[in-house]
Amino acid sequence: MENVMTAIRVVPLEHYLILSFLLFSIGMVGALVRRNIIIVIMCLELMLNSVNLLLVAFSAYHSDPGGQVMVFFIMLVAAAEVTVGLSILVLMKRNTDGVDMNILNRLKW
Amino acid sequence: MQYLFFLLAAISVITALVVVAAKSPINSVIALVLCFLSIAGHYILLNAQFLAMVHVIVYTGAILVLMLFVIMLLNMNTIVEVRKPVITRILAVVTGGLLFLVLLAATKQGLSVDVPTGFDPGVGLVKRIGMSLFQDFLLPFEVSSVLFLSAMVGAMMLAKKDGTENVNLPPSSEPDLRQAGPNDSAA
Repeated sequence: MENVMTAIRVVPLEHYLILSFLLFSIGMVGALVRRNIIIVIMCLELMLNSVNLLLVAFSAYHSDPGGQVMVFFIMLVAAAEVTVGLSILVLMKRNTDGVDMNILNRLKW
Repeated sequence: MQYLFFLLAAISVITALVVVAAKSPINSVIALVLCFLSIAGHYILLNAQFLAMVHVIVYTGAILVLMLFVIMLLNMNTIVEVRKPVITRILAVVTGGLLFLVLLAATKQGLSVDVPTGFDPGVGLVKRIGMSLFQDFLLPFEVSSVLFLSAMVGAMMLAKKDGTENVNLPPSSEPDLRQAGPNDSAA
C-alpha cells in the first residue's frame, strides 16, 4: 500500500494534466478526421476517459472522494450513451447500407 | 515508481494514436482496449482501487466487447472508408495541436496545486467511495437508474425491426422465399 502511494509524492500533478490534455486532443483529432461512425464513437470514449483520469488525479491529490464518485457517474452516462449510439449505428447501417458520417448531413434540412 | 507512470503514459498515448490511425475498426477497438487497461493502471497507481475495477469491468468488459460484437455482426471490416480531403485532415490536426497548447498555457500559470502533507491514502478504497456515494450522492445515484432504464428502452425501440419503416427491402422478397421452398422440396 505504501509503495503504491508513493506515486503521489513522486509524480507531480502537472504530469497527469499533460497526459490528460494529450489524450483529449488525440480524441478530438480522431473525431474530426475519421468518417467511420464507430471510430468517432470510440474517440468520444477516449475524450471521456481523459477527463476521468484528470478527475481521479485531482481527487487523489486533494484527498476528496467526491471526484471519484463523479467519475463513477461519468462511467454510467458513458455506458448509456454507447448503448443508444450503437443502436443508432445499427439502424443507420440497416437503412443506408453504410457507416459514413456524411450521410447525416441530410439531417440539416 | 516514476518509471511506471511514464511507461503507462507512453502506452496510453501510443495506443490512442493507433485508435485514430488504424485502417480496420477491429484494430482500433483492440488498441482502445489496451489504452483503457493502461488508464486502469493509472488508477491503481493513484490508489483508486474501486474505480480501477469498475473501469475494467464497465469499459473493457462491457462497452468494448459490445463494440466488437457490433463490428463483427455488421461485417464492418469489408467496408472501405472514404477518406476526408487532405486539407481537412491537416486542419484537424492543427486544431487538435492548438487545443493542446491552449490547455497547457491556461494551466501553466494559474495552477499551483500544493499537495497537502497529511493527506489521506485511503480515499479511493471501496469503503470511502461507498460512504460518499450513499450519503452525499444518493439522489443522483437513484436518478441514474432512471437514466439506465430510459437508455435501455430507447436502444430496444431504435434497433427493433418493424415492417413499416424498412423501405430498403423489396416487398416481394418474402413471397419469393416462400415460393422457393416448395419448389426445392418438390424437385
